[in-house]
Amino acid sequence: MILKINNKKFSALKGQTILEVARENGIKIPSLCYHPDLDVRAGCRICVVEVKGRDKLCTACSTAVTEGMEILTDSARVQKSRNLNVEMLFASHVEKCADCTLRFDCTLLELAREYNLKLARFADRKINRKTYKFANAVEIDGTQCIDCSNCISACDKQGIHFLKMEGNGCNQEIKPNKENNSACIYCGQCANACPVAAAQEQGEWKQVEAALKDNKKIVVAQFAPAVRVSLGEEFGMEYGVNCAKKINTALKILGFTHVFDVNFGADITTMTEAEELVERLNDKKAVFPMTTSCCPAWVAYAEYYHPELLPHLTTARSPHIHSAGAIKSYFATKNKIDSKKIIVVSIVPCTSKKYEAARPELKYEGRPLVDHVLTTRELAFIIKKNKIDFKNLVDSETEPIFNDGSGAAAIYGASGGVMESALRSALSMACKGSKNKLCSSRLEFKEVRGLKGFKEASVNLAGHKLKVGVVNGIGHFEHILPKLKKYHYIEVMACPGGCLGGGGQPMPTTDVIRKKRLEGMYKIDSGKDVRRAHENKSMVEYYDWVKKHKLEAKLLHTKFSAKKR
Amino acid sequence: MTKKNIIQKIDAAGLVGRGGAGYPTAQKWMAVKNALKYKQIASIVVNGAEGEPGVKKDGYLLAHKTEEIVNGVFLAYQFLGSAKTKKVYFFLKAEYYKAYSKKIKEVLKNKKYKLFASRVEFFSKPETPSYICGEETAIVNIIEGRRPAPRLKPPYPADSGMNYHPTLINNVETFYNVSLIDKGKYEGKRFYTLTGAVKHHGVFCLPADMSAEEVLRATNNYPGFDFFVMTGGEVCGELLRSDQLQAPVEGSGLLMVFDDKKTDHKKLLDYWFKFYETESCGACTACREGTYRLRELTSKSEYDKQMFNDLIHNLEESSLCSLGSSLPVTIKSYFENIN
Repeated sequence: MILKINNKKFSALKGQTILEVARENGIKIPSLCYHPDLDVRAGCRICVVEVKGRDKLCTACSTAVTEGMEILTDSARVQKSRNLNVEMLFASHVEKCADCTLRFDCTLLELAREYNLKLARFADRKINRKTYKFANAVEIDGTQCIDCSNCISACDKQGIHFLKMEGNGCNQEIKPNKENNSACIYCGQCANACPVAAAQEQGEWKQVEAALKDNKKIVVAQFAPAVRVSLGEEFGMEYGVNCAKKINTALKILGFTHVFDVNFGADITTMTEAEELVERLNDKKAVFPMTTSCCPAWVAYAEYYHPELLPHLTTARSPHIHSAGAIKSYFATKNKIDSKKIIVVSIVPCTSKKYEAARPELKYEGRPLVDHVLTTRELAFIIKKNKIDFKNLVDSETEPIFNDGSGAAAIYGASGGVMESALRSALSMACKGSKNKLCSSRLEFKEVRGLKGFKEASVNLAGHKLKVGVVNGIGHFEHILPKLKKYHYIEVMACPGGCLGGGGQPMPTTDVIRKKRLEGMYKIDSGKDVRRAHENKSMVEYYDWVKKHKLEAKLLHTKFSAKKR
Repeated sequence: MTKKNIIQKIDAAGLVGRGGAGYPTAQKWMAVKNALKYKQIASIVVNGAEGEPGVKKDGYLLAHKTEEIVNGVFLAYQFLGSAKTKKVYFFLKAEYYKAYSKKIKEVLKNKKYKLFASRVEFFSKPETPSYICGEETAIVNIIEGRRPAPRLKPPYPADSGMNYHPTLINNVETFYNVSLIDKGKYEGKRFYTLTGAVKHHGVFCLPADMSAEEVLRATNNYPGFDFFVMTGGEVCGELLRSDQLQAPVEGSGLLMVFDDKKTDHKKLLDYWFKFYETESCGACTACREGTYRLRELTSKSEYDKQMFNDLIHNLEESSLCSLGSSLPVTIKSYFENIN
């Protein structure tokens, strides 16, 4: 159909909204509560537009286009309403701009600047609202909240239903739901959906800045697989571009003494996990299915909701915990550094890694293996704050002692990636020494890739018929639960898409963007010479060192315990 | 025979919904019927929420015309078909729920209602917010166990209401009228609630096209003092001077009389602003923030008139539902016609 926006003709499809058509054609309509992955609620009233023949203004996010429609997106009438709505929202949002990680991308500030709005036209009405903190991972600051409810929708989509709106009108407030026996699993999907950083990670960038200034410390950074394919978005780079080498340069400029790649740790996880899978398969009493445990939000879910499943979780530690262990033990020993002087900062796409890093099981010499965890967003913020021109940085390599991992490690950040990595190694391990010429060491498992909620495959593992399944998004787990027994190995990622869609990733994260990040990861994998974890020689060297010194319990494995909701 | 031509009868009678919006009843029924060509389950909601303060007619009808109401609902049930109409909800204001559920259940004991009665469920409207809990999509939310707030329209409940199934929602008075229409007893009347500074308070059944003045005279309530009225609702309505009473009473049929000399205008405005602030469901910025700011602003003795006008105008332009856009009607008509 044909319609007019700001007196120019455009073609559109039936069923599209005004906002979709406008954005497709590069026409800017500001919005706050609109999120492509969530149900449209049209609450913020920022995307109001004028439609010829209609009495009231229409919200572009919720109004379907019609043939011949005439739309004005920035008329005096639109500006008048939109500006007042922004001014009123500002008055329910305490400006903590100096410390806000969204400062450089804030829609409210942008609109205020563009239309010269009076931000103090109304007195702040929520100054005394509470901040709800969920462990050390996520928080919802009531003084910043603009009542859009995106956090609630995101949490509901995860099937957790931990948040609810209490009260109504100006007295309503988003609070943890105390009536439904739910527990936050720290996935941070709420934070990723919040347009004004009221729901956000509990920032650690200040502590990291302080550590970087401390001469007595050796501050080491390590970044996770999913960060390299998303950080560029924050600087106007294309979706899915691998910017690992720029990240290394940026971290060095920021003052980190050493920079390592968590992909190396992912190979350690795969090695440990594949070994455990093969061991379980050879043990008639073993518990099946084995499940992954590298997603701390999934671990939290299992501990809070399904303690009976804890024996199913692999004891292999997660990638950044593994690589932090390698840094504080192997690297420190080889370089004769006191491990207590080392501060390890993980940069991850995740908020629940903050919670994981603080787990008492994951200490080394009495201190946490990972000292601080920054999300991708926090890193982007620090880079912007330090006025580093990220897009134009020169490339540089991470330190050679721990390389940047195999192709299998590169796909860890995609749902199905951990499963595929483990299968690549487990198959090779099981076939090793087998006289059966048909024993295949298959490389790619495309059945478990992609953004579907649940994926499954049958794999022949040296005579064992292996049924594997991948849960993509914790909201799908309960549907799978009744048929769990059918499987030998299950991967669970709490965030849709896996870590690439993590709660700490750049905003927005939508299915379209998830797909591009995902393609970026598989591209890294297919471009690698070494695509199986156990073929990563530096990793095997470290692994053997750990075994030789009998440090497996201290460095490779972890445990879980039931927790009260 | 009945089953076949009830819709034609309703259409011929020109019946419109008596909840306040005045939508043609036959069209609403047909919309649900049409949606059922593709869908398998339908619900009916009998709206006796009476959320607008002051209006009493739903309560009156539930007390005195129970059999007719149930019969009207049964006609809708037959029209949509017992094979598909799996649920019938009586959604009633709390006091009506307490007082009349039993009475309705008694009527439902009639043998002809056997299967129908087994599909009836009763719901009591939450006390607050009062007004919006009578809005049809908010009712659907409440029955589904969600937050009492209106949904975006479209989709309309006729297409996608209760659990995304086609849902017919009519006011109790509408169902009452359907029953009369079926029996050939409908005379084009509606129920008026007379309140305020009138001699004879209460609910009166009079022709639907009567002007406000005629209603006042017919009920022997035309004041002998200087007065102004509010029509439609006690809060969400239009204010008219005594010389502006030629138009029919619309909305939920309320007519409230104010004694000009005895009315404390400041108190009246405060009541309205407080009502809107308390009643706002919170879903949209224009209403949640706007009604808060209006109450805050008008609580001062001197206030910024420009800001006042901007806030009112913004509710008119960009509020999500009919509650937000009714505030400007009340306030603007007050300032234009009364003060």
